[in-house]
Amino acid sequence: MIRRVSCLSVTILVLLGFAPGSELRFCLRNEPRTFNPLLVEDDASETVRYLTGGVLVRSNRQTQKLEPELAVSWKLSKDGRQITFQLRNGVSFSDGTPFSADDVDYTIKQMMDPALHSPTGDAFRSGTGTVNAQVLAPDRITITFPAPVAGLDQLFDQVAILSAHSSNKEKAVLGPFMVADYKPGSSLVLNRNPNYWKTDGQGHKLPYLNAIRLDIQPNRDIEVLRFKRGELDLINSLDSEYFDRLASTSANLVHDAGPSLDSEQMWFNQVAKAPIPDYKRKWFRSTNFRRAVSMAINREDLSRVVFNGHARPAIGPISTANKFWFNQALKTDAYSPDAALAKLQLDGFHLQNGTLRDAVGNAVEFSIITNAGNKYRERMAVLIQQDLQKIGVKINVVTLDFPSLIERISQSFNYEAAMLGLTNVDLDPNGQMNVWLSSSENHQWNPQEKFPETAWEAEIDKLMREQASASDPKKRKKAFDRVQQIVAEQAPFIYLVNRNALSAVSISVSGATPVILRPQTYWNIERLTITTETARR
Amino acid sequence: MSFIRKLACAILVVVIVAALGANWFARADYATQFREAPNAPPSRAHLLGTDDIGRDRLSRTLYGTRISLLLAPTAALLSTLMAALIGGVAGYLGGIWERLAMALTDLFLSLPWLFLLITVRALLPLNVSPFVSVVVTFLMLGLLGWAASARVLCAGARSLRNSGLLLQARALGLHGIRLFAVHVVPNLRPILLAQFWVSIPVFILSEANLGILGLGVAEPMPSWGSLLKELEGLTSLGDQPWRLVPLVLLILVVTSFQVILSSEEVTA
Repeated sequence: MIRRVSCLSVTILVLLGFAPGSELRFCLRNEPRTFNPLLVEDDASETVRYLTGGVLVRSNRQTQKLEPELAVSWKLSKDGRQITFQLRNGVSFSDGTPFSADDVDYTIKQMMDPALHSPTGDAFRSGTGTVNAQVLAPDRITITFPAPVAGLDQLFDQVAILSAHSSNKEKAVLGPFMVADYKPGSSLVLNRNPNYWKTDGQGHKLPYLNAIRLDIQPNRDIEVLRFKRGELDLINSLDSEYFDRLASTSANLVHDAGPSLDSEQMWFNQVAKAPIPDYKRKWFRSTNFRRAVSMAINREDLSRVVFNGHARPAIGPISTANKFWFNQALKTDAYSPDAALAKLQLDGFHLQNGTLRDAVGNAVEFSIITNAGNKYRERMAVLIQQDLQKIGVKINVVTLDFPSLIERISQSFNYEAAMLGLTNVDLDPNGQMNVWLSSSENHQWNPQEKFPETAWEAEIDKLMREQASASDPKKRKKAFDRVQQIVAEQAPFIYLVNRNALSAVSISVSGATPVILRPQTYWNIERLTITTETARR
Repeated sequence: MSFIRKLACAILVVVIVAALGANWFARADYATQFREAPNAPPSRAHLLGTDDIGRDRLSRTLYGTRISLLLAPTAALLSTLMAALIGGVAGYLGGIWERLAMALTDLFLSLPWLFLLITVRALLPLNVSPFVSVVVTFLMLGLLGWAASARVLCAGARSLRNSGLLLQARALGLHGIRLFAVHVVPNLRPILLAQFWVSIPVFILSEANLGILGLGVAEPMPSWGSLLKELEGLTSLGDQPWRLVPLVLLILVVTSFQVILSSEEVTA
């Protein structure tokens, strides 16, 4: 019966013009900076790595769980310093060279070579000392780190295995596609890897697609226009405006997968040496002041008005989309100007003729900087400006070119409040160590503290180190839940919204189920199929 | 006066009157957010609809016109005075002064002014009110935009310096400031006027450019630059045509200034 149904579906697909094979087309918004999977830092290179690289384990973008790929199983030591992989047999690189533990050993050595400066390798650097890879058998390898690495198994999702023995190492890949043609500034063509190891349920070799054409196109208007003309099959990370514009004509092509991991937030400058008046520094260092500002912001309006409903009020540093790490006990600050005023009164603030004044009579006024050209942030700032006017606070919105903004928030500290976003690609909180540790450069409200300046920052430091050195996910979760709670109570960052993951998929593409994690639309690239050219038109 | 010039004058008068009477014509404050109706089409309540965050577009257009039209001539006046001071005096004095002034002018002309404006703006204090930001933006435009006019004025003053008119005046005993005020300035007036008129649309467009980059007048105050920024997401002219009103106004006003200017030049 099942066989009859599948025969029937294949017939229907063929009649409809679907042909396994063909070419999928979408855009890269920038030139890939590298084809070396160990040196990937930018989105375009990450796309190429995802499509061409074979990894030992893969985080399923839909279930957010780790799945075996080139490793059929793996075992983590209790101290979190060692991982042993049992490798898949009978796998070959795209050039026909067989895959073995030697290749994993070679990749690890390359990745941890200090001379290479691999950003992928940085995530594995846990302490002083060397990383040892020991080949136990052609299909078994153990890797030992000098100190525990938090979420060690998850990190291997980013490590594309290189070939140790191929004559042309750069071109030999284990992923579903391989680079066939690259025209800088124009396009990149990836062809199907004939030696790819995966098969579907019926035993057909994957991927279904013959090729992928990636056009380098930084202009979003042109990308949307080309999609509408049928020249492109996918668009990832759509803006809400483009999404609604596409939805108005072709509602069946756009997908809103719900809140993503990306957040928009504002913060106050709490740096001791910042060139701002002392009385303002005192406001910004007051928990009551920060919480009151948070309570006076109408996040529902930010989501509805600025993002046309394609965003959700943010609760904390972790989006609700992060199924495992989000602290379910947290609640967002309810919008309440009255509660905000009550909170401010605790610090001696009072309303006088519609203007909020501090205990010594200074009118509460501050500037908020954000990057020029980002219309969503500019609009959010204007909405917040009006929200805070209701509690007598005057805000001056200043948009700056990006280099000036970065100079102010990270070098001169000559600013009062700032609004920026955080693009999160990592589910694991370990990726946020550089934000939460008080000694870190990216501890934006008060970077590079010599020692934690507040008790709650000291507690965050301790908890973040605890979760980083623990191998038990439950212990790590407990520690990070407490971090989220402290952040919600102290509001060093005032989280505003989590943008939704918006994408568009052409009707010619079959098998696409867009998700919130990147790459949203083609996370299951091996199983996507596409119609023939005639049907596409 | 030709029909085209009359029409241009009429357009400018209508636009200026509408801008100055914004308090009477506008139905809502330019900053009030009607958050229940963002991006609304034209209606009785909002004759030109609302913008992305629900602010009345007519109010913003009228107030924005007022700001751009009042401050662009001010910036033009400032730049023309600077040009007269640097270019006119240097041309009149000649010698080392002229060479120094022209070297300075060349330096200013060779600077990428848009990037210079962005840099200067980034260095300004952050905590200024929107009104001060408007004034600062136009002052910057005025202070940085004098170089081209200075070159023209210098050439004009140089030709006057060697003219028979001034030779005769000197022979009659006129010297120094008196000679400059009585004979040089009146003879440079047509050039000064032309430079003033030609600067106004230049500064309107410069502010619009800065506004499109998000670096113009601070929110929530409107200007033509910030209003034109709204056109960024417009894909076709038929899509919400009421959003084109600021663009149409800008074209009409700049064209009107040009028409009047060309007539002034003919007259001069």
